[in-house]
Amino acid sequence: MSKAVDRNSPALSAREAAVRIQGVTFRRGERVIFEDVDVHIPRGKVTAIMGPSGCGKTTLLGVIGGSVRPEAGSVDVLGHSLVGLSRAGLMRVRRSIGMLFQSGALFTDLSVFDNVAFPLREHTRLPEELIRDLVLMKLEAVGLRGAHTLMPSQLSGGMGRRVALARAIALDPTIMLYDEPFTGQDPISMGVLLRLIRLLNDVLGLTTVVVSHDIHETASIADYIYLLDRGHVAACGTPEELRQGSAWARQFMNAEPDGPVPFHYGGPSIAADLLGLAEA
Amino acid sequence: MTEILHALGRTGIGAFESLGRSALLFLYTWRGMGEVLTRPRLVLQQVYATGVLSLVIISVSGLFVGMVLGLQGYNTLVGFGAEEQLGVMVALSLVRELGPVVSALLFAGRAGSALTAEIGLMKATEQLAAMEMMAVDPLHRVIAPRLLGGIIALPLLASIFNTVGVWGGWLVGVGLLGVHDGSYWAHIETTVDLRDDVVNGLIKSVVFGVAVTWIAVFEGYDTVPTSEGISRSTTRTVVHASLAILALDFLLTALMFD
Repeated sequence: MSKAVDRNSPALSAREAAVRIQGVTFRRGERVIFEDVDVHIPRGKVTAIMGPSGCGKTTLLGVIGGSVRPEAGSVDVLGHSLVGLSRAGLMRVRRSIGMLFQSGALFTDLSVFDNVAFPLREHTRLPEELIRDLVLMKLEAVGLRGAHTLMPSQLSGGMGRRVALARAIALDPTIMLYDEPFTGQDPISMGVLLRLIRLLNDVLGLTTVVVSHDIHETASIADYIYLLDRGHVAACGTPEELRQGSAWARQFMNAEPDGPVPFHYGGPSIAADLLGLAEA
Repeated sequence: MTEILHALGRTGIGAFESLGRSALLFLYTWRGMGEVLTRPRLVLQQVYATGVLSLVIISVSGLFVGMVLGLQGYNTLVGFGAEEQLGVMVALSLVRELGPVVSALLFAGRAGSALTAEIGLMKATEQLAAMEMMAVDPLHRVIAPRLLGGIIALPLLASIFNTVGVWGGWLVGVGLLGVHDGSYWAHIETTVDLRDDVVNGLIKSVVFGVAVTWIAVFEGYDTVPTSEGISRSTTRTVVHASLAILALDFLLTALMFD
């Protein structure tokens, strides 16, 4: 895939973009995860990052969150350059970022209440009465105020993810990152999460980045989509633009089994294999 | 031949890398100790988890070790007509050697493996990563209280082990074999020295506490976040900690009781 494709990314100014990733290259051992990638996340919008398995979607979230340090390129988050930033500086930037992990990552030895209160107790000196009110408000926002005494082991998968969401927004972040939020969810939980992601973005004025495989659901709430493939941005645009876009983008957006990404893995023809005929 | 050399080289480099990572972990964790001291509740929770929850195994083991020492000591001493010295033999064996060493070995098996498994599971279930993303340093919030808790708990456990052990020796020596009660305690009082024996034994416990807890938290933090990885790390904690205890015991004994 040519570098020119990456330049299709909209060049947003620092004011318009909450996150600006430019010319980022990252390798794991010999394997290239990204090569000279540009991604700009517009402020106040829901941006989806999609692509085939192993294309580096979650790694991209790691780049934004500062847990993955690229070999080359620049990463600006809310006007702070993450490249060369000290650990203390990175921790300051992270206070403006909330992240929902695929597993929820709730602290299993703490109750639902204490999980949501955790970031408030760690970063503020608020009195316990105020923390209680804040926690119950966050849990109310995700519909689980009544579950605040439960332990994580008593929650269903969907409830666990909603508690993790309440915890992620506890410090009123500016950016919310979602890593595969819909994986393993039943239709009702998925509908609840979809509604919450969109609602929280609009009501709290967040910037949202969603990494997901679930094309139709994610496209239904996304303002903008990046499609990644083999370490590059293969296409980007609004969901409607991508559905009308290149053959590869159309195949991905419509989940077609055959197309530029072939159904059959490369090899000799079936005639050659079964009948022993020579290849033409 | 070259393959063997390559394998040896890889193992050697791997071991040194691991040693370097554990040294860095210790250094970064120690930097967070000031913060931890302002929140003693976190440390107390860990003293409870590693110390109080190990009390049963430590007390029962201490009792049996003391009883065995009483029995074996009596059989040896009675041949010289020196069975009145039984209390000293039991007390010195426990305070100088068996107390610190056996309690540390039990601590490695009971609390060390639990620490490794807990931290490893926190890593595998992304709890440590989530903490990082909440701008909370897991080395300061998770590792430092556990390290300090273990260092505090082990000397306390060793002291309990010693106390119960001396009582176990008394139970067999005085209660069953007829050693004079007053002699048992009086000889302990006159012979066991606070500085040379008790304090040195406690210093050993502190050193073992640092070693065992450090190995346990490092193995948990450095684990491969899979069920197999956690299983291997837990095993490594017990093996490495046990070897470290025995090696350090030799060094400390050579230095202290020269």
